[in-house]
Amino acid sequence: MSTIAVKRRAPVRPGRVLLHVVLATMALAWLAPLLWAIYAALRPYAETSEKGYVSLPDTLNFDNFTNAFTQSDMTHYFVNTLVIAVPAVLLTLFLSSMVAFYVSRFDFRVNLALLLVFTAGNLLPQQVIITPLYRLYLLVDLPGITMSGKLYDSALGLVLIHVAFQSGFCAFVLANYMKMLPHELTEAALVDGASVWRLYWQITLPLCKPAMAALATLLSIWIYNDFFWALVLISTGENMPITSALNNLSGQYFTDPNLVAAGALLTAIPTLIVYFLLQRQFVSGLTLGANKG
Amino acid sequence: MTTNITKENPEAAAVPPPGAAPAKKQKVPTGHRRLLTRRDRLTLGLMATLPTILHIALVWVTALASIALAFTTWDGIGFDSIHWVGLQNFKELFEQNPQFWPAVQHNVIWFVVLIVIPTPLGLFLAVQLDKKIRFSRVYQTAFFLPVVLSMAVIGFVWQLVYNPDTGLINSIIGANEPGKYIDWIGDPDLNLWAILVAASWRHTGYMMILYLAGLKGVDPSLREASAIDGANEWQTFKNVVFPALRPTNTIVLVVTIIEALRAFDLVYVFNGGAEGTELLSILVTTNIIGESSRIGYGSAIAVVLLLISLVVIVPYLVSTFRKERRA
Repeated sequence: MSTIAVKRRAPVRPGRVLLHVVLATMALAWLAPLLWAIYAALRPYAETSEKGYVSLPDTLNFDNFTNAFTQSDMTHYFVNTLVIAVPAVLLTLFLSSMVAFYVSRFDFRVNLALLLVFTAGNLLPQQVIITPLYRLYLLVDLPGITMSGKLYDSALGLVLIHVAFQSGFCAFVLANYMKMLPHELTEAALVDGASVWRLYWQITLPLCKPAMAALATLLSIWIYNDFFWALVLISTGENMPITSALNNLSGQYFTDPNLVAAGALLTAIPTLIVYFLLQRQFVSGLTLGANKG
Repeated sequence: MTTNITKENPEAAAVPPPGAAPAKKQKVPTGHRRLLTRRDRLTLGLMATLPTILHIALVWVTALASIALAFTTWDGIGFDSIHWVGLQNFKELFEQNPQFWPAVQHNVIWFVVLIVIPTPLGLFLAVQLDKKIRFSRVYQTAFFLPVVLSMAVIGFVWQLVYNPDTGLINSIIGANEPGKYIDWIGDPDLNLWAILVAASWRHTGYMMILYLAGLKGVDPSLREASAIDGANEWQTFKNVVFPALRPTNTIVLVVTIIEALRAFDLVYVFNGGAEGTELLSILVTTNIIGESSRIGYGSAIAVVLLLISLVVIVPYLVSTFRKERRA
């Protein structure tokens, strides 16, 4: 018993080496599916169908990527995503910070009830509300406002449901953040005659920058990655954001596995860029609101 | 990388240590209130109500509508055609739908697999990466990468791995020839497990990040005390660190259950929820976008999903907010 204990503690090195071997092997295994997709995407279809996919490459090039991109007119779908994601992220942050400001600074009686409603709503599976939501979107007539004349099949409809669904989580996180800010700040400003709006816009919000940055990163990736809302609430393939369009495109344009791989990887690129540039924000957002499903 | 973040952001502690004195909190708002002009009150009212109305209208009203519609039949054309049918939708669902019970079973399996394999694995990785080892960040990036990708992309990537003709696995084990095919995507005995590998692949990184954040919150003096008492690494973990991770464990449990109930994109992309991979979420959705849209029936499935979710959400929120009130 004691020998084991001694063995374990005295020579640190072998243990560490073993740990690195284990971790490195696992990390490689974790990257393997992605590397496999990249490898397939870099090879011409003719070559892989002749030699098999597990073989050494003769040619490696980006042809599949350029073909996937141009044939399916991917730019169009990326623009669709932008039109949905940018307003949705901004509006979510704007609305949820207002609620957070209200509950954390002014009314503690409704505070809990309001936060409870928001957080619980955010934890529901989307499918619980989709059937009535789908009907509601078909019922709401918006002639001249959206292309389809309804909330259904419109970017506006998607923006609204993203905002409604995600604001719960953001309100919860921001309210907790604002509670940590010193009360003297807003109090002093109020005594000086500042309006509530100034209190919110010029004093509280600038102090919430770190939390807002984290949430913005997280929301961008979530909304970009959304598949379900657009699948159900958009009927015209042309109007779909990129992630949901992928499913249609793979049947229509990506005729071989190499093209499918290239197409799927292309849609992953924006999230990967955001992730590598803003990893800190993303991870902190995820952990600060760890109650998110 | 998480170290700095969790320390910088006070709210990072999911269950914050009791912050400001409660007495002060109660006093401030009344002080604020007296200084408010009418315009301020109007601003405040709008700030609170506008977002709430949007949220309640699109999330809660629709959830309640799901419940109400579950007891009716409706073809969606005009409100006159809504007819009350009582429990008939549920009866039909429980007794006649051949996909319902398999779907429930698959959702349960989904949860069990996630909680038994990737969750402990994520915890293991977090504990290892929390020791100040070299390349910690490189490892973290590798394990966390799948969490950033959309479920749809994950579905496509794993399709490439599992494809019977051209996939990595069959090519390596030589099962990609006629007669020897292993159909990972279509075979109802295999496809759920194949998908669960992909789901676990993603879930591990997610759990690792949650536990890494949780570990930063464990008081280092606890560990020191344990080491001084002569406990080895495993004993310290089992008796000191793991119990201190309780708040994280609660979050992990809730997140995992919700993930299991929400599972949709991955399966939909992978094989469209074909036999062997039916899930409640898939049944609800195919009922809407499929050829025969039966609103009442689809809502009945959604209600089942809602009830299961509430069993998890309500106790969790009650305990979270009770803590908050105390703080």
